[in-house]
Amino acid sequence: MCAERAAFWEGNVLSSKSDAKERNRVVAAGDGKPLVEMTDITKKFGSVTANDHVSLSIYRGEILSLLGENGSGKTTLMNMLSGIYFPDGGHIRVKGELVTISSPKDALDLRIGMIHQHFKLVNVLTAAENIILGLNESRRLDLKSVRLRVKQICDRYGFVVEPDKKVYEMSVSEKQTLEIVKVLYRGADILILDEPTAVLTPQETRRLFDVMRNMKNDGKAIVIITHKLHEVMEISDRVAVLRKGCFIGDVPTQRTSPQELTEMMVGHAVKLNIERTQPENVRKCLEVEHVSVVDADGVRKLNDVSFTANGGEILGIAGVSGSGQKELLEVIAGLQDALPGGSVIYTDMNGKTSSLIGKTPMEIKKLGVQLAFVPEDRLGMGLVGNLDIADNMLIRTYTEGSGMFVNMKKPRKLAEEIVKEFDVVTPDLQTPVRKLSGGNVQKVLVGREIAGSPSLLMSAYAVRGLDINTSYTIYNLMNEQKRRGAAVIYVGEDLDVLLELCDRIMVLCAGSVSGIVDGRAATKEEVGLMMTHIGGNADKEAGRK
Amino acid sequence: METIAQIITLIRTTISFGTVIMYGSLGEIMTEKSGHLNLGVPGIMYMGGIGGLLGAYLYENSVASPVPFVGLLIATLGTLVCSILGGLIYSFLTITLRANQNVTGLTLTIFGSGVANFFGGSLSKLAGGVGQISVASTSSAFRATQHLTDNIPYIDDILFNYGFMVYLVIIIAVIMSRFINRTSRGLNLRAVGEDPATADAAGINVTKYRYFATCTGAAISGLGGLYYVMDYIKGTWANDGNIEALGWLAVALVIFATWKPLRAIWGAYLFGALYWLYNFIPGQSRSMQEIFKMLPYLVTIIVLITVSLRRKKENQPPSALGLSYFREDR
Repeated sequence: MCAERAAFWEGNVLSSKSDAKERNRVVAAGDGKPLVEMTDITKKFGSVTANDHVSLSIYRGEILSLLGENGSGKTTLMNMLSGIYFPDGGHIRVKGELVTISSPKDALDLRIGMIHQHFKLVNVLTAAENIILGLNESRRLDLKSVRLRVKQICDRYGFVVEPDKKVYEMSVSEKQTLEIVKVLYRGADILILDEPTAVLTPQETRRLFDVMRNMKNDGKAIVIITHKLHEVMEISDRVAVLRKGCFIGDVPTQRTSPQELTEMMVGHAVKLNIERTQPENVRKCLEVEHVSVVDADGVRKLNDVSFTANGGEILGIAGVSGSGQKELLEVIAGLQDALPGGSVIYTDMNGKTSSLIGKTPMEIKKLGVQLAFVPEDRLGMGLVGNLDIADNMLIRTYTEGSGMFVNMKKPRKLAEEIVKEFDVVTPDLQTPVRKLSGGNVQKVLVGREIAGSPSLLMSAYAVRGLDINTSYTIYNLMNEQKRRGAAVIYVGEDLDVLLELCDRIMVLCAGSVSGIVDGRAATKEEVGLMMTHIGGNADKEAGRK
Repeated sequence: METIAQIITLIRTTISFGTVIMYGSLGEIMTEKSGHLNLGVPGIMYMGGIGGLLGAYLYENSVASPVPFVGLLIATLGTLVCSILGGLIYSFLTITLRANQNVTGLTLTIFGSGVANFFGGSLSKLAGGVGQISVASTSSAFRATQHLTDNIPYIDDILFNYGFMVYLVIIIAVIMSRFINRTSRGLNLRAVGEDPATADAAGINVTKYRYFATCTGAAISGLGGLYYVMDYIKGTWANDGNIEALGWLAVALVIFATWKPLRAIWGAYLFGALYWLYNFIPGQSRSMQEIFKMLPYLVTIIVLITVSLRRKKENQPPSALGLSYFREDR
C-alpha cells in the first residue's frame, strides 16, 4: 500500500540515494553523510499500523520538517528515535553505526533529545532540578554548577531561563524553553520538537524559530514535527511527509510549494461511494454564535466560532485534531463552559427556541432537546466499560420511571434490539462492553444515541479504528438520521469521507473557523489548505517569508 | 512527686510508641516518595517483628550461652530479611505486575499479621506455652542503655535511658531527609514519584527506583516491629494487635508529616502521646478512652483539610501516588 502512495511522488521528490548532489545543495553545513538513518521502520499498536516501513535520514546543520496529518505516524516515528517506543521492525543507524534504542536514556547517550508536545517536566521541582534530573546519579546534588552551565547555554543560543523558578509557576513558553535547555544540557546534537508552536503565541514562535536557527548554525540536527504549512516553509530546509503511517517523500523546502505539500499530505481523492441524499426539509436547528473557550492553562481552544447546523443535513467538521473540535462539541453538549458573549440557540421542530449555553446536560435534556452525542472517547465518555450493554442503555434513561427502582425491562429490550439490528458481536448481553471489539463498542454507543430519535446528533471520529463494513454501517446511520430530519454534526479526520458524506463542511484551524464549504463542490486540496491556514490562503503567507 | 513520676512515664511511653510509629512512617514516606502507596505497613512491621524474634529465638536455643550482641545482629538480620521479603512481594505485584496498590497493600497487612501471629503462637508453644517465649539475652542488648547524665534528676530518664533504636530512628530520619532533598538520587526518586513518564524520559530507571524505595521502606518499617518486640515488650510475643494499630498510625503520620521525614519526628511523638494519653487522664469511662484513641486520626484529618485548602504544591502527596507506570501506555 505504501509503495503505491510513494510511487506517485517519484517525479517530484528527491529519492533517497540517487540525488545526493542535489541534497548537498540543500544541506547547508552538513558533510553529506546522514547523522541518523532510519530504515524500514515499522510499528504496530494492536491491529493499527502506525508506521509502515518508513525510511528517513536526518542531517547535521539542517532543519527537517516532518509533515503529516494527525494520525499519520509522525510522533510515533520520532518516539522510536527517542526511546519511548521500540520499533517492531527496521533499523536505526546513528553516525553509520547500527544502534538499539530501548529507552530514553539510550537515546540521550546517542545525543538524541526530544521535546514532547506534552512537556516532560516535574511540576514541583525547579528549572535547575528538572535539568539535572537523571544525571550524575552517584554525585552530590550540585545545583550551583548547573546554574552556571544553564547560563552558558542560554547565552549561546539566546534563551532566558530562571534556574530557581518552580515549573508550576512557569508559562507554557517558559516550560518549552526549559525543555529545550534540558536536552541541550544533556549534550543533544539531534533535537526533535513535537509540534512546538501549537501552544505558543506568534511572538513566542518567532523567538523559538530564532533559537532554532542559532542551533542549526551551531551544527545541530533539528527535526520539527508539525502540520502547519507556513511554518514548514519558513523554518525548514527539507520537508519529509508521512501519510497514514507511510513515508510519502522528502523535498527541499526551496523547491516545493504549500500546494504540493498539501497534496502529499492528504493524497489524491479516493472514491468511496458513500451514499449522499439531497437534503430535504432543511430547517434551522442549531445556531452557534461567537463561542470561545479557554482551557485550564489559559490556552484559547476555540476562538469566536459561529455556524449554523440544519436539520436534514450533515454538517462535517474538518481540522487537524486538537483544533477545537472536542471543545466545540462539549460546549454544545453542556460539558464545558464557554467564555461569556457566546450563544448556542436550539430551535425545535415547532420553531420554539431555547438557549443551551451554560446549561448542564441534564438541564438540556429537561428542555426537551433530543441531543445525541457520540464522543471521541467511547469507553471513557460514551459508555461505562465495566457495565454490560443493557446497563449502558440505562445510563441514558435512568431518570425515567418512578420511585427508587429502575425499570430494567426497557433498556434490556433496547439492548437486544441494538445487538440484533447492528449485528453486535457479543457472547451475551451480560458481557461488559469493554470486552467487545472497538467496532462493536461503537455500534452499541451509536445505537443507544440514535434510539432516542435525536433532533441533533453529534459524533466525533465515529469511524476511528473501525473496519470498512462497520464504517459504512455508521455512514448509513448518519444518513438515516439526516433523512429523519435530524441535524447531524460529523467530526471527521478522513477528508475523503467528509467530502462524500457531508452536505456542508466547516473547517477549523487552531480553534477558529477557517471557512465553511459545500461538500459537493469542495476539493480535497481546498479543505486541506483551509485546515492549515485560516481561509486556506497559503500563498500569501508563504510569500511573506 | 507522684505527678512528676507520672509525667515521666507518659514521656517515656510516648517516646516508645513514637519510635515504633516513626519507623513505620519513615519507611512509608520512602515508599510513597516513589509513587507507591503501600498500605501493607502494619503487615510489614509484623513480619519484621516476628523475623527478629524468630532469629533471636533460634540463635538462643542453639547455643549454650548466647552472646547478646550476636543475638542483636541475628535478630536485626531476621527483621531485614522478612520485611524486605514483604516489600518484594508488594513490589513484584504492584510494580512488575501493576496490580492495584490499595488492594495489594491491604492484603499484605492481613497476610503479615497472620503469618506473624501464626509463628508467634508457634514459638510460644515451642517455648512451653502461651507467654513463655523470651529471648532475654538478645533483648537485653536491645535495651542496653547509657546513663550519661545519671546525676541530674529526671533528665536521664527523659532523654537517655533508652535502647539504641530510639536514637537510631532519629538518625535515619535525618539521613533520609538529606537523601531525598540533597542528593541526585533523592531528586530522581522524587521525580519518579511525581511524574514517572518524565523521569523515564530523563533516563531514570523508574522500576529500579520503585523497587529500591519500596524495599528500603519496608526494611525501615520492619525495624519498627523489631523495636516493639525486642525493646518494648522485652523479647516476647504478644497477640494484642498493638503493632497493627501503631502501623496504621504510621500510615496516617505520613500524611500528617506531609511526606517530610523531619516532620515525622515530632509528629511521631505527638501521635505516640495521643495514642497513650487516655491512660493518664483519670476517671474515664471505657467509651471515653476510645474517643481519646481517635485523636491521632482526628489530627490527621485536620491536617489533610488544611493542606488541601492551602493548596501549597510542596505539601501535596507525590502526584503519581497510587498509579502504576507503563511506558507504552497511550
